[in-house]
Amino acid sequence: MEIAEIDNWVNQAISAFASAQNLEELKSARLAHAGDKSPISGASRSLGTLPADERAVLGKIIGDARGKINASLEARTSALEIERDSVLLVQERVDVTLPPHRSKLGGLHPITIIKNEISDFFIGQGYSIAEGPELEAQWLNFDALNIPADHPARTMQDTFFIEPLESGLVLRTHTSPVQVRTMLAQKPPIYVICPGRTFRADELDATHTPVFHQVEGLVVDRGITMAHLKGTLDSFARKMFGDEAKTRLRPSFFPFTEPSAEVDVFFNGRWIEWGGCGMVNPKVLQSCGVDTSIFTGFAFGMGLERTLMVRHGITDMHDIVEGDLRFSAQFGSGI
Amino acid sequence: MLVPLSWLQEFAALPKSATPEKISDAFVRVGFEVEGFTVTGKEITGPIVIGKVKSIEEITEFKKPIRYVELDCKEKKPRFVICGATNFVVGDLVVVALPGSVLPGGFAISARETYGKTSNGMICSTKELGLSDESEGILTLAKGAAKIGDDAFEVLELNDVIFDIAVNPDRGYALSIRGLAREIAGAFAVKYIDPALTAKAAKLRAKASAGKVVKAKISDGKDADVMYLRTLANFDPKAASPLWLRRRIEKCGMRSISLAVDVTNYVMLELGQPLHAFDAAKIAGTLKVSRASKATKFATLDGQERTVTAADLLISDDKKVLALAGTMGGLDSEVTESTTALAIEAIRFNSVAIAKNARNHKLSTEASRRFERGVDPELAEIASLRATSLLVDLGGADYVGVATAGKVPAKRSILLDPQFPGEILGYAITSATVSKQLKSVGCGVVAAAGKKLKVSVPSWRPDLEEAIDLVEEIARTIGFDSIPSLLPPRPVSTGLTQTQARQRKVGALLADLGLYEVQTYPFVSEATMKVFNYTGERAATYRIANPMADDAPLLRTHLIPGLVQAAERNLGRGARGFGLFEIGSIFRKTIAESAAPVISTSVRPSEAVIKKLYAGVPPQHQHVGGVLVGAAEAEGWQGKERNYSWSDAISFALKIIESTGLTATVVRSDFAPWHPERCAELQVNGKAVAHAGELHPRIIAAHGLPERASAFVVNLSALPETGVIRAQAITTMPVAVQDLALVVDGSVAAGEVMATLREGAGELLESIELFDRYDQLGEGKISLAFTLRFRAADRTLTTAEVSALRETAATLAAKRHGAVVRSA
Repeated sequence: MEIAEIDNWVNQAISAFASAQNLEELKSARLAHAGDKSPISGASRSLGTLPADERAVLGKIIGDARGKINASLEARTSALEIERDSVLLVQERVDVTLPPHRSKLGGLHPITIIKNEISDFFIGQGYSIAEGPELEAQWLNFDALNIPADHPARTMQDTFFIEPLESGLVLRTHTSPVQVRTMLAQKPPIYVICPGRTFRADELDATHTPVFHQVEGLVVDRGITMAHLKGTLDSFARKMFGDEAKTRLRPSFFPFTEPSAEVDVFFNGRWIEWGGCGMVNPKVLQSCGVDTSIFTGFAFGMGLERTLMVRHGITDMHDIVEGDLRFSAQFGSGI
Repeated sequence: MLVPLSWLQEFAALPKSATPEKISDAFVRVGFEVEGFTVTGKEITGPIVIGKVKSIEEITEFKKPIRYVELDCKEKKPRFVICGATNFVVGDLVVVALPGSVLPGGFAISARETYGKTSNGMICSTKELGLSDESEGILTLAKGAAKIGDDAFEVLELNDVIFDIAVNPDRGYALSIRGLAREIAGAFAVKYIDPALTAKAAKLRAKASAGKVVKAKISDGKDADVMYLRTLANFDPKAASPLWLRRRIEKCGMRSISLAVDVTNYVMLELGQPLHAFDAAKIAGTLKVSRASKATKFATLDGQERTVTAADLLISDDKKVLALAGTMGGLDSEVTESTTALAIEAIRFNSVAIAKNARNHKLSTEASRRFERGVDPELAEIASLRATSLLVDLGGADYVGVATAGKVPAKRSILLDPQFPGEILGYAITSATVSKQLKSVGCGVVAAAGKKLKVSVPSWRPDLEEAIDLVEEIARTIGFDSIPSLLPPRPVSTGLTQTQARQRKVGALLADLGLYEVQTYPFVSEATMKVFNYTGERAATYRIANPMADDAPLLRTHLIPGLVQAAERNLGRGARGFGLFEIGSIFRKTIAESAAPVISTSVRPSEAVIKKLYAGVPPQHQHVGGVLVGAAEAEGWQGKERNYSWSDAISFALKIIESTGLTATVVRSDFAPWHPERCAELQVNGKAVAHAGELHPRIIAAHGLPERASAFVVNLSALPETGVIRAQAITTMPVAVQDLALVVDGSVAAGEVMATLREGAGELLESIELFDRYDQLGEGKISLAFTLRFRAADRTLTTAEVSALRETAATLAAKRHGAVVRSA
C-alpha cells in the first residue's frame, strides 16, 4: 500500500465533496469516499493483517487521512445545510404580528387589587389581616364602639336592619366590629388591618354606593401615641399615593376614638378627604376587656372606593359597582 | 349651622387681618368643618344711605299711583325721587340708593326723567336690596334704628360673610353663636365675651300685678333637669321684629315669623337654648313636662296631626297636650296676631328623650337637633331671661314673673395627670400649657393632690366626661400639626392565613384564565329566588327591614343571580363571549332566630355572653362563582370560535379546587339553577364543595343569555385546610405506555370508569388520560379510549408486566361497568 495512494484517496474524497451540489449528492460522495465500502475503510480493515511495527506507522497515516476526509465532509455538510436552509426557511415564513391570543387575559376587580396592595403593605409593617362577618350583631357594630342606642351617631349612619329587629342583626356599617372581635379574641399587642365590605343605605350616585369597602387599622400596645398614628398614616399615604404624598389631621368626632381626626391627603396638588382616625376610646378598650392602665391604641379607616377614585381618577361610582367587564379589564391583574 | 361673621365679631375680637379664608381655616383647625362661606353684599355698590321722608306728592294722572317724594338724606339740599310704592308715610326712615349706586342684578341707579319729574335716586324695597325673594314694599326702618344720612351698608349689615359650619354630634354647644365665637376667639387667641354672662347680668323687674304667673312642673326628673317658665303680659301683638333682629335670623337661614317667635329663635341662635313661646291665655293650669298615659292626638305647628304615646315626651297643661317636647310646638297654643300674654319656656331636656321624639315622628327641628346634642343646663334661666328682656323692650310687654322646676345639675370635675396628654399625643406638653389650653375652652383648672390637676367641666360641655376627652381639647387647641410622625414598634407579621392566601390565589387564577372579576350587590328579590328555583338552605335567607329597593329586600344565598345579572348587563352593552366571576359572602339562615342578648358596655362581657352573641350571627361562607357566556375563543385566523360549555364550568371549578392543593371527585348532580342533565357536583373527601355545569335553559332564556351559558360555584369555606406538602423522589426509570379502549353503555360515567381503571392498574400506574370518546357505535354504546402510563421507581418495567396490569384494570372495568375491551 503506497502512501501516495492514500493521499490520492484523500484528494479524491475532498474533490468529490466539493463538487457535490446538494446534501443528496454529498451523501453519495460520503458513501463512496468515507463509507464502509470506500478504499480508505478497506485499508483500515486490512491493518489488522500487518505486523505490529508496520501497523503502527500505517495506522497513523490512515488515521490522519480519515481526519482530513471527515473535516472536509463536515465543512461541506455545514455549507450545504446553510444553503438549503436559506431557501427552505424563507418558504416557511409566517406573519408574527397576527394576533396570537385565542382567549383573553382576564382581570381582577380593582377593589381586590387595591385591597391586596394595602394588605401586603401592612403585612410588611408587621400587621395581620383580620376579617369578620358582613351580617353582624348590633352590639359589635354599635354598642361596643361607644355608640349607644340613642346616640345621634347612630342616626348618622343609615343602617340596614335585618328582620326581625329583635335579632339585633345589621349589615355592618363599617369594618369596626372586626376590631372588637379581634380585641375580644386576642390580647395585646394587636396590630391588624380589617379590609372588607360594608353597607349603608345611601342611594347609588356618582360618589355613593350602598355597598362599599373599607380598610381599618387597629393597633393596641404599650405606649402607643397619636404620633404613631400619624407616622403610620404618613407611610400608608406614601404607599398609596406616591412619595410626595402628605397627610393632615383635622379634629373631628367619632364615638369610638378620642381624640378623633379626619385624615386628608395631599395628592395632585390639593388636599383630599381620605378617612377618619383617632386614639381608641378607652371606653371601647374597656368593653373589650383591654387594661387601659397598660395599653393605648389607635385606629383608622379609609374607603377603598374613595382611595381608588382619587388615585386613578375614576369619576363615577357606577363604574366600580356595575360589573362592566371593561372596567376590570383596564386594570388586568395589577395596578 | 349658618353663621354670620358680623354676629361672631360681636363676641370674638377678630383682627382686621382675619379674612374669611383664614377664619375658615381656623375653624377647621379646631375641629369645625366649614362646608363653605358666602360673601354677601358684593353685588351692591353705594352710595346707599338712610333718608327721611319729608313730603309726598301723589301723582294721579297715570294708570297706577305714583309718588314724588321729598327726602332728607342729610345733604345740603332736599332730594326728590319718584316711587311706585305706597306703604310709607311722611316721617318714615327709608333706604335710598343714590345715582351711581348699583343694586343686585346689575341694576344701575342714575338721575332720570320720568313721569314728568326728575328722579334723583330710588327708595328701595327688601327685594331690590337682595334681602328677600319677595317684594314686601318699601323697606321702612323703625325709629331709632338708624340716623339720617347713615350708610345703609352698615345699618343693614349688607356686607357680611356667612359661614356654613358642620357641627359634630358631640358639640351641641357649638350650635350657637356663643359656642362658635368662643371657638374662633380661641383659635385666634383674641378676647371673647360670653353673651350668656352679659344676659345673666341684665336687670329685669317683674311686675307681678300685670298678670298671673303660669306654674311649671317636671313630672319625671329623668326627662328634664331644669325648667324656667316666664310669663309676660300686655304684649303688643302688632309689634314687628326690628330690622336687625330679622336680618340676623335670616342670615342664619331661618324665616322671620312674628316678634315673639323671632325673639325665641334669635336667642336660640345666639345662646344655643331652644325656647318656646306659648300663648299664655291658652294654657289651662300648670305647664308640665310629662308623658301621655294613653295614645293621644294633637296637631303640631306644621299642621300635622300626630298621635303621641308614652314613648314621647310632651309639654301639657292640666287638660291637653301642648307640644312635642323639645321638638315642635302645638298648633292650639301657638302665638297668634291676638296674643297679648306669653309664656316663655326654657327647659333642659334629657337628650335621649328628645332624640326619641324626633325619631318617632321623623321630625328633626332646629330645637331637637340642639337638645339631642346636649344643651347647657345653665341656659334655661339665662336664655329665658334674655328672651323676656327683648320682648319687654321690643314688644312693650310687662314681665309678670317666673316659675321654675328642677334644678341645674351640679358641676362636674375631672382629675387629670398633666403628663397624660403628652403620653397620648406623643410629644411633651407642660403642665402650664395643659392648664392654659383647658382654660381657653372654658374649663376651670386648679392644682390637686399628687401633682394632678382638678379640671372643672364647663356647664355647656356634657361631652367632657373623662381625662381622655380633655386630651382632645388640648390636642385640637394646640393644633394637630404639632403631633410628630413616628412609626410604632413593629411586631413580626404572621402573613396571610391559608384562607386569605387561597382567596387571593383563586382570584388571580381565574383572572389569568381569562375571567373578569365583578362585585355585585348582595340584594335579591323574591322573584329571583323563584326563578332560580332555590330550595332548602338556599331558600332560607334574611330580609332587610329597610331595603334600598323594595323589590330586592333579601340577602343572597348564592352568587349566581348577581353574576347572571352582571352578564346580562354586559351583553346589553355589547360584550359577546366572556366569563365573569365574583368572590363574596353568602347569607343563609342556618341558625335559629333568637333575640340578641342585652349586653352592657365599659366592661368585657363574660365568655358565656360572648358565645351567645356570636351564636346569634349566622356563619357566612365565602363562595367563588362564575358565569360563562358565548365564545371562549373567538373565531379568527386560527379557526372557528369555541363556545364556553358545561365542561369549561366544571374545569374552572376543578382548577380552583386543585389550585388549593386538594383533589376533587366529579359526580353527576341535579341542582338548581343548573340544567338537570348537565350539572356536576364536585366533592372533596366525599363532601360536596362545588357545583358546575350548564345553566338551566329557563334561566338562560329569562335573562337573555346566549344558549348553553354555564356557571360554577365553589364554596371556599368548605375546602379543608391542607398541610405542608411532602415531596416525592423523582424517578429516572423509563415510562411504559399502554392504550386501552373500552366499550361501555352510554349511561356509564367516564369518570367512574377512569377511577376503576386507576384502582385496577395499581400503584405502578403513573397517570391515565381519556384520549378519545366515540358515541357512534350504535345500540347506545360508547367507546372510551385511555392511555395508561406506568412507571416503577426502581426498575424498568417489562412489556409483559404492564400488559398484565392493563388486563387487570380492564377486568375490573368489565366487572364494575360491563366494559368490553374494544378490539383494534
